[in-house]
Amino acid sequence: MAWATISKSAREWTVIPNLRDYAEARAAFSWDHARRELDGLPGGQGLNIAHEAVDRHAAGARADHRALRWLGKNGEVRDFTYAGLRSLTNRFANVLQALGVGRGDRVYVLAGRIPELCVAALGTLKNRSVFCPLFSAFGPEPIRARMAIGGARVLVTTESLYRRKVAGLRSSLPDLEHVLLVGDDRRPTGVPGTQDYHALMAGAGDDFAIGPTDPEDVALLHFTSGTTGMPKGAVHVHAAVVAHHITGKLALDFHGDDVFWCTADPGWVTGTSYGIIAPLTNGVISIMDESEFDAARWYGILQDQKVTIWYTAPTAIRMLMKAGTELARKYDVSALRFLASVGEPLNPEAVVWGQDAFGHPFHDNWWQTETGGIMIANYAALEVRPGSMGRPLPGIDAAIVRKVGDDGVEVIAEPDVQGELALRPGWPSMFRAYWGEPERYRKCFRGGLYLTGDLARRDRDGYFWFVGRADDVIKTSGHLVGPFEVESVLMEHEAVAEAGVIGKPDPVALEVVKAFVSLKDGYAPTPELRRELLAFARTRLGAVVAPKEIDFRPTLPKTRSGKIMRRLLRARELGLPEGDISTLEEGA
Amino acid sequence: MTRDEIRATVLRVLGDIAPEADLASVKPDVGFREQLDLDSMDLLNFVIGLHGALNVEIPETDYPKLATLDGCVEYLAATGGGGR
Repeated sequence: MAWATISKSAREWTVIPNLRDYAEARAAFSWDHARRELDGLPGGQGLNIAHEAVDRHAAGARADHRALRWLGKNGEVRDFTYAGLRSLTNRFANVLQALGVGRGDRVYVLAGRIPELCVAALGTLKNRSVFCPLFSAFGPEPIRARMAIGGARVLVTTESLYRRKVAGLRSSLPDLEHVLLVGDDRRPTGVPGTQDYHALMAGAGDDFAIGPTDPEDVALLHFTSGTTGMPKGAVHVHAAVVAHHITGKLALDFHGDDVFWCTADPGWVTGTSYGIIAPLTNGVISIMDESEFDAARWYGILQDQKVTIWYTAPTAIRMLMKAGTELARKYDVSALRFLASVGEPLNPEAVVWGQDAFGHPFHDNWWQTETGGIMIANYAALEVRPGSMGRPLPGIDAAIVRKVGDDGVEVIAEPDVQGELALRPGWPSMFRAYWGEPERYRKCFRGGLYLTGDLARRDRDGYFWFVGRADDVIKTSGHLVGPFEVESVLMEHEAVAEAGVIGKPDPVALEVVKAFVSLKDGYAPTPELRRELLAFARTRLGAVVAPKEIDFRPTLPKTRSGKIMRRLLRARELGLPEGDISTLEEGA
Repeated sequence: MTRDEIRATVLRVLGDIAPEADLASVKPDVGFREQLDLDSMDLLNFVIGLHGALNVEIPETDYPKLATLDGCVEYLAATGGGGR
């Protein structure tokens, strides 16, 4: 069914949106201009994300403005000014220097939403080391794989996460020299083989001068999942801050006195680009809530913190919808003026529900780990077509393409035709490499375009609509899960002969991870074994990556070359046509 | 249903969702998510599981009351979990 377009009127604006005329904004835009909104390091020493996010404000009129407000799960509130953040991030950079950690070394952080995470991220960037966040809900195996691939030299984590997930991995991570622990409830720690984060911070100096930073110096390493092989580390450079800053301004409509709440987990790219960097460079107040999703708590935060701009995810929005509009109406959320969503396509019902519950529609936008920042968006001043991801940002050229031959590509000019979403490289937050995998990086490009792996179509007015993934990667609760990573772990179980993992459609999470397993001779497909496999997978992978469902099959459909046909597993699970099965091995 | 029976049912449902969890060591007054590795879908499935096992309607707004073992027992006893 077609949903009515939501139009906007200037009468509704409480502030004048930064982007008002789409065509004009695109025509006037250049990345050089965008770069000039930032300061650069003093003395022409280059461009450093942490300087733009913290130091330039701390040295200016915003020094004593609140930059970050942290809400602890037990009601604690901690505020950080720009000047305060400068001193803390300087200390962390000094801690790294004292440990002999230098330019280009990888500093990983495995933590939930705690302020130490922001401090470590920005201090790492000041030291010109590379910041790599890990999702704290990962189990030991995804943590080990990502630290091994990127050669982690330092890990900052909490005492409880360390004990549960990392302590047992130390012998398999020879490059990991320093582990800094934040004590639970910030109590001192004394775990063998680690150092206490707060003790090191207390002994470090307050002053730090950021060294010369080339805009192309590596700054961030964000892991994502592919269809085949192990996770891949998308490499971003300091120049990315130009895109973080300008997309915050144009797509999220940041103004100087906004209170902004990004609910993303800091373990994913959104949590860094828009949970830490973009709000700070733009000088808005950023809210960080330690707790997990809870409908009443979230409405309370929107009300009490007078949040004006809210950036959240479809799974959370759908859970709020389930909790009912009546609950929303009990809270005064009149400060809100702009709602945005990312992570997976937002269904039109949810876009429209925003109007019911908050008086504003949700504005879906699209981007991915590799793009580093928002690429396609619905904007505050412009009409919203519910279900559409919107139109490309100024400075971003997007197209729908089809692959031709082995390495060619053809742009589909005709509207409303499905193809793969592609972007023309050249924006500053585009990934520069997959860590240590030049061939895998090269394969992302054809005919001078970056192919995103998402299928989409463009309507005649230039709005893009998500169709699905071009590959087997699973989108669940806003996270990407690589089926291969899950299958590999299942195959480690002694009873498993073969495993195939798919995304099963789900009304709340978009997809849930479902595994199909065939057993070795001598093992029977019992409920007890299913339970054992579930426990096995959850222990190694963590709840967010492990399958929610496991089904037994006598055999799994494979190509004649022995590759499991996940597409066919999915079609059979959903009762869809099986499509081209010419490569299917006989009898499967 | 007695409180002990409710408690046993809650733990059984939890064990179906997170079979790796050491249920014997669950602290009754600490949130499940703080001591067990559960994601938001697990919690949703947990409530659906309680609904199926005890035949109680649980409105979404009451989900936070089910965050701990004590909270579950309290809530389900008060709402007549399991019927008579």
